[in-house]
Amino acid sequence: MNVKERERLLRQMIRIRRFEERCVELYSDSKIRGFMHLYIGEEAVAAGVLPALGPGDAVVSTYREHGHALALGIPMEAVLAEMYGRTNGCSRGRGGSMHLFDAGRRFYGGNAIVGGGLPLAVGLALADAMQGKALVTACLFGDGAVAEGEFHECLNLAALWRLPVLFCCENNFYAMGTALRRAQAQTDLALRASSYGMPAWPVDGMDPVAVTEATERAVESIRGGAGPCFLELRTYRFRAHSMYDAERYRAKSEVEEWRQRDPIPRLTESMRNDGELDDAALAAIESEVEEELAAAIAAAEAGAPEPVEGLTRFVYAERRP
Amino acid sequence: MTTTYRQALREALREALAKDERVFLMGEDVGAYGGCFGVSLGLLEEFGPERVLDTPMSESAFVGAGIGAALGGMRPIVEIMTVNFSLLALDQIMNNAATLRHMSGGQLGVPLVIRMTTGAGRQLAAQHSHSLEGWYAHIPGLRVVAPATLADARGMLWTALLDPDPVLLFEHGALYNVSGELEPDAGPVDIDTAAIRRPGRDATLVAYGGTVRTALEAAGRLAADGIDAEVIDLRTLRPLDVETVLASVRRTHRLVVVDEGWRTGSLSAEISARAAEFALYDLDAPVERVCTEEVPIPYAKQLEDAALPRADDVVAAVRRAVS
Amino acid sequence: MPSLGADMDEGTVLEWLVAPGDVVHKGDVVAVVDTSKAAVEVECFDSGTIERLIVPVGETVPVGTPLAVIGDGRLRAGPAPEPVAEPAPVPELPRPPKVLASPPVRTYAKQAGVDLASVHGTGRGGAITRADVARALPPPHGEPEPPPAVKVSPYARRLARERHVDPATLPGPVVHARDVPATARGPVPEQPERDRGGGMREAIASLMSRSTKEIPHYYLSTTIDLHTALEWLREHNRGVSVHRRVVPAALLLKATAVAAAEVPALNGHWIEGCFHPSGTVRLGVAVSLRGGGLLVPSLEDPGASALDELMRTLTGVVTRARSGRLRSSELEPATLTVTNLGDLGVESVQGVIYPPQVALVGFGAISKRPWAVGDLLGVRPLVTATLAADHRANDGATGARFLGTLDRLLQRPEELR
Repeated sequence: MNVKERERLLRQMIRIRRFEERCVELYSDSKIRGFMHLYIGEEAVAAGVLPALGPGDAVVSTYREHGHALALGIPMEAVLAEMYGRTNGCSRGRGGSMHLFDAGRRFYGGNAIVGGGLPLAVGLALADAMQGKALVTACLFGDGAVAEGEFHECLNLAALWRLPVLFCCENNFYAMGTALRRAQAQTDLALRASSYGMPAWPVDGMDPVAVTEATERAVESIRGGAGPCFLELRTYRFRAHSMYDAERYRAKSEVEEWRQRDPIPRLTESMRNDGELDDAALAAIESEVEEELAAAIAAAEAGAPEPVEGLTRFVYAERRP
Repeated sequence: MTTTYRQALREALREALAKDERVFLMGEDVGAYGGCFGVSLGLLEEFGPERVLDTPMSESAFVGAGIGAALGGMRPIVEIMTVNFSLLALDQIMNNAATLRHMSGGQLGVPLVIRMTTGAGRQLAAQHSHSLEGWYAHIPGLRVVAPATLADARGMLWTALLDPDPVLLFEHGALYNVSGELEPDAGPVDIDTAAIRRPGRDATLVAYGGTVRTALEAAGRLAADGIDAEVIDLRTLRPLDVETVLASVRRTHRLVVVDEGWRTGSLSAEISARAAEFALYDLDAPVERVCTEEVPIPYAKQLEDAALPRADDVVAAVRRAVS
Repeated sequence: MPSLGADMDEGTVLEWLVAPGDVVHKGDVVAVVDTSKAAVEVECFDSGTIERLIVPVGETVPVGTPLAVIGDGRLRAGPAPEPVAEPAPVPELPRPPKVLASPPVRTYAKQAGVDLASVHGTGRGGAITRADVARALPPPHGEPEPPPAVKVSPYARRLARERHVDPATLPGPVVHARDVPATARGPVPEQPERDRGGGMREAIASLMSRSTKEIPHYYLSTTIDLHTALEWLREHNRGVSVHRRVVPAALLLKATAVAAAEVPALNGHWIEGCFHPSGTVRLGVAVSLRGGGLLVPSLEDPGASALDELMRTLTGVVTRARSGRLRSSELEPATLTVTNLGDLGVESVQGVIYPPQVALVGFGAISKRPWAVGDLLGVRPLVTATLAADHRANDGATGARFLGTLDRLLQRPEELR
């Protein structure tokens, strides 16, 4: 991978990290409410998977989707304004942190039902295939979804009909507070996916370069008509499940171990060692991200609250034939 | 032209598949088998496996795939064998189909039709016979329709496919074999209004789907005794055409609701509440309800019959109301 | 106190991990807080030196309350706390002993005049039952049993109101619409219509038939010169904005009310063979509806209101009558009714009295006509005022006195303001 690509990955991960760090402050300050699930630690997955998709490809995501939305190109201010419940939010204040949408970018939402997005992805891929479009639908979900019936129904259906779906399982080893090994008899998720008759392999989800390469390989195979692929992206969230919890379900030492593999310092070090990055370049990235973040906060603060008079809008279409 | 409810439904499917190439039919055994109740018989042969898709027994996956395909520009018709099975897909219907437009701030729409069989009367016992359309009628974001006549069986599907929002179409299992006359040029019908199936002066009988026949039979018997009952077929269960019901109540001053759902928390409760809210001072007698007994539907014929709203019960209820 | 979750409104400081003087960095854990769901570590978002801890361990504070001050004097979160004066201790009020009784039992006790505090409860947990209240009742003194309540269907109740029938007089136990007679049975208070449908026609038909059947009407009329009144009104209106202008109809209404107070024999009700004069004047104003039919809302003592105020009331009541939104006070029975058909161009009105009232005042159109002024012929704005009155209750002389008074009042409009 060339310098430019590695720098792009680093910039994207820093962008997501700084955005979420600021979200924590805004949440603590009650600017953001509701449930907010942070992606901190898992940035390599979003930074690797989403840019590897092509124009027109569709994305179905989960409630931990800030990083996915940002990496796909949804403007930071639209994401933040949504969390503020403002008119300039990407779901006009009706979704919040868990339900970011962008129809134009074919981002079919943060789905807050574990496993609930998989059938949508199968259907989107079915529609594209029926219309003869060589498009891929990327479906991101966590290891918790593997325990859901919908996971098995959907992997089977997609493989049976050879649909162009890229199943991206972000395995962060915890379904909320339940460790994978406490919930699944077979913890090798790629192995289980392969039993449905599709190529499936595990990827180091803390390494954005590995994620990019795996995604590119899978997308190429899917676009070529070989049917769905499954990537098990092994990663880790450094923070609580939703904003804050007492983290009684995991040892601090475990978190500390994973933090040693934090993708941002890892890639930074690697690029420095290869002479691809110096302090000035890194500072430039940080300051550009800070600028973007400041503008996003200003836009969210300035956004009008979505008016209560429109409360019942968007339940049914406003125009019917 | 003499036809049956089943044939009318099939004709509607055939018309839709022929008219719009975005339309496809998907569900368990809709293809090779011809449909669990024979509605889609012959369509696989006529339109091919790309348009008529047999799915695995995966209600959640294929209903959700229908939603995804609708998002992706298609006009899917998803068949679920019975409303009892639809509960396996309730997550997709409730959490995706009904909410995506709102959650996305109006960016997305789900133009999907889900057909399913409802109702009892065929000794299929407690996992194939329930009338749960009232549950779905509770959910904002869905439209719920229930064809009770051949014309509606023939005409509701196309209108539902044109709708930008998800439409659930409930076919009463006891109606598939009902035959009658249908105009040869019968075509699309509206899915917004209730219909007066029999005008009358003395009492308003509200029914839908399978109970419309029960209500009409009761009205016929009451007419012999000089009691002139009006029968309203709700047709659309969400959003309800309450005005037609209230206008009738304002003429007859008596309301009897016939509902194959259970009484508690039902559509019959909703209709009664609307009458109490908006037509209380036109009511000359308490609202009467004829509903299914609050038991899971039993198998044995005499038990099943006793559980369901019967014309005798409706006649008695109307008599109480006009006494 | 940071917001640490969607369901957190307040938190308790369990432990401070820093002390004043400690240097902290952004992201450091500084305290542990109990959110009532879990003990959660709190991180800080600034770097600096801890100046002081505001909230001590064990204290519960709402989200948004500053917990500590860091370094440069900036507060960690939220605005600076106002210095709070120690609240004066609130003396605890003596609590009344708790009485356990269900709402129906309370209602029953209230109706029966029994003080629940004096009743010994024998129910579950010492609750007072209906039987306990009954036992506490004073012994009966041969009072008659209240008649059994008659159930009236909502529709029958509505018809009874429209037809001026007291539903309590109808045969029970359940009254349906068919049990409500088409015409009223006895004298019941006058109530104007609210409904605009066939019910209204029926009600007008029944009431007017009853009036002409029962009331021996006599009619008087007089023509009144409104020159002075209208000149005065023009002068009055010149000084006010368009929407506050007073129309002649309001002046006529006011004059009628004052005249009715001066001639009380026309102001009241004929009930059971004798006239009951009313202490106050409540004028019914006939309002014809655009879709046909008529409502007669009533105005309380227009004679006592200022003309401007009466004008506003009149405009409001006509609008409300036509939109079917009359207030209940405007549906109180009138003591005398005025009908003004001047807008429709008629010269005079020979009206039908609204029973149980005993008179109806009518006004025709105000039009310029030849009129003797002094010994000369002049052109003057004239109105024909008519009176239909109940000959059982009064005689022509009373009616004449009323019309004379009306004329006199209208010649001195300034006194009507």
